[in-house]
Amino acid sequence: MVYSNWIRVALLTLCIGFVDVAAAQANLEIDTPAIAALERSMQQRHTQLAPLYGSGAVGLTRDGNIALRDANAVPLAQRAQVNALIAAENRDRAALYREIALANKHPEWESEIRATFAQRWIERAQPGWYYQNPSGAWVKK
Amino acid sequence: MHCRAFSIFAASLGALALGACVTINIYFPAAAAERAADRIIDEVWQLTPDSAKPKAAAPATPQ
Repeated sequence: MVYSNWIRVALLTLCIGFVDVAAAQANLEIDTPAIAALERSMQQRHTQLAPLYGSGAVGLTRDGNIALRDANAVPLAQRAQVNALIAAENRDRAALYREIALANKHPEWESEIRATFAQRWIERAQPGWYYQNPSGAWVKK
Repeated sequence: MHCRAFSIFAASLGALALGACVTINIYFPAAAAERAADRIIDEVWQLTPDSAKPKAAAPATPQ
């Protein structure tokens, strides 16, 4: 009698465990209007940013942002515009990380989402682009 | 005696299960986050595979 109870408890625990693990491995929610709008905005901006990544003027930072790496690679007349582009991109990226955390009802995940993105942006960057290594030094991919 | 041992065991198992639930709830799904990041990066950097390219090119043709 005692053993059959024990087995019942163990099986129930196991079942709950599987359900939890399955839920944890499901996809994150990223199909919200706010996230889609940020994606479009960043996609449009990318046509202007791509040549700057290519020339090494702008690089991918270790914290999931972008930054001016080599101001000399940008003609003086365009520097203000490039700085504005970088600021706008970083605003969108911060909003994107926050919106993904909110869409999944875990606002506390924001920094981990940012860290995941930081890795993935760098991992998927094109050869020749610059990124920051974990100690903050610029490295050419 | 036997019964007491069992209730202690059951209680600790219950505590463990409860602890596991709390842990799972705050656990960050790293693999799912990577997949989500890759999907968004594909979109933003237009790294989409061949199947999605005609869709992206379509709006440009009418002009």
